[in-house]
Amino acid sequence: MLSEAKGRQPDAAHGRTVPFDAAGESAVLAVFPHPDDESFAAGGTLALCNEAGVRTVYLCGTYGDMGRRMGRPAFTNREALRDVRTVELSSACAVLGCELGFMGLRDKCIEFEDPADVAAQVRRVIDEMRPSTVITYYPGHGVHSDHDALGHATVLAVRALPAGLRPRILAVAVGDPNVLREELGEPHVRADIRGVKDRKLDALRAHRSQTESMFAHMNEDAREDGQTSNFSERLTVREEFYVLDADAPTLVERARG
Amino acid sequence: MRPIDRDSIQAELDDRLGQELYLHLETTTGSYTKLGPEKKNPVIAFVRNARISYARGTVTGTGPYRVGLKLGEGWVYADGLTDYEVNERGELLLAGLDCEGQLTMALQLSQTPFREGQTDVE
Ligand SMILES: [Zn+2]
Repeated sequence: MLSEAKGRQPDAAHGRTVPFDAAGESAVLAVFPHPDDESFAAGGTLALCNEAGVRTVYLCGTYGDMGRRMGRPAFTNREALRDVRTVELSSACAVLGCELGFMGLRDKCIEFEDPADVAAQVRRVIDEMRPSTVITYYPGHGVHSDHDALGHATVLAVRALPAGLRPRILAVAVGDPNVLREELGEPHVRADIRGVKDRKLDALRAHRSQTESMFAHMNEDAREDGQTSNFSERLTVREEFYVLDADAPTLVERARG
Repeated sequence: MRPIDRDSIQAELDDRLGQELYLHLETTTGSYTKLGPEKKNPVIAFVRNARISYARGTVTGTGPYRVGLKLGEGWVYADGLTDYEVNERGELLLAGLDCEGQLTMALQLSQTPFREGQTDVE
């Protein structure tokens, strides 16, 4: 039944990518570890939900207190960064029309917590808001250990729910889209975010300490090519997701053997 | 943060001689090096709120700078330090920042534990 290799949803295994339909959602929960993940990974999708009048909540795992970007040039420091990023995230969520909650975990250390404890924190928010969809990172394809660990805990949280109460899990895989397609196949769900592109970019700009240098480089690239870079197109045209089956072992579980 | 001047840092280190201190020591390449053109492995380490006391503390170099703290039974060493700040809590924050303003190294000393745990958000 389950394609056991990747833990894909059976009905999504036919290679057909379906559009993300915001109007079909009742509420959407995003669960990522860092301030700015919500905007990079799902800012357009969250904005689409907001336009459709769908409640959205961002449950943010950490304060991003171990980030290395301090602005360009640096305007903050290791100890002040968490407050800077907390304020930046509040602004970004205001742009996206998204409610915000924190889990209060230590940046870079989520994988060293008991996954059941982390899952229980996610579960409390799911129980409170009853989302139709939860968006998180694809465990094993998050690149950052926090992304993998919180994606995994989110799958565990959904797995613990009775079948009828389970939200759909949309997972974001990080990295070169062509490589990801080879490994995971075509994404199952694609959000066309061109109509909300400016809101996504504004949300990203709100994360000034983290994105100032990216926007500076984008502008430099654009001046050199006379057009937008691949990267900025990837950010503003579409957001793609894989549907995960909560019962299938995640790649994090499989790696543990 | 502002660029390190050795005399100020030496004075800050001397002020803290023999005190019971909390240490934050960190070096980081960032977690996304695998996505770079050279697909390098990330190299990251930090120690937060270790207790130390040093009998000799010295800043050397012409920039970036090195700091060595001689402990009762060991050493604390950091190279690549460029910028510093003494914050409102009296914590000495030394950092290595690259040309993009990204932190590559941190050596910090505080009389009270560096902040941990949750922030109350309304
Ligand atoms: Zn992240």
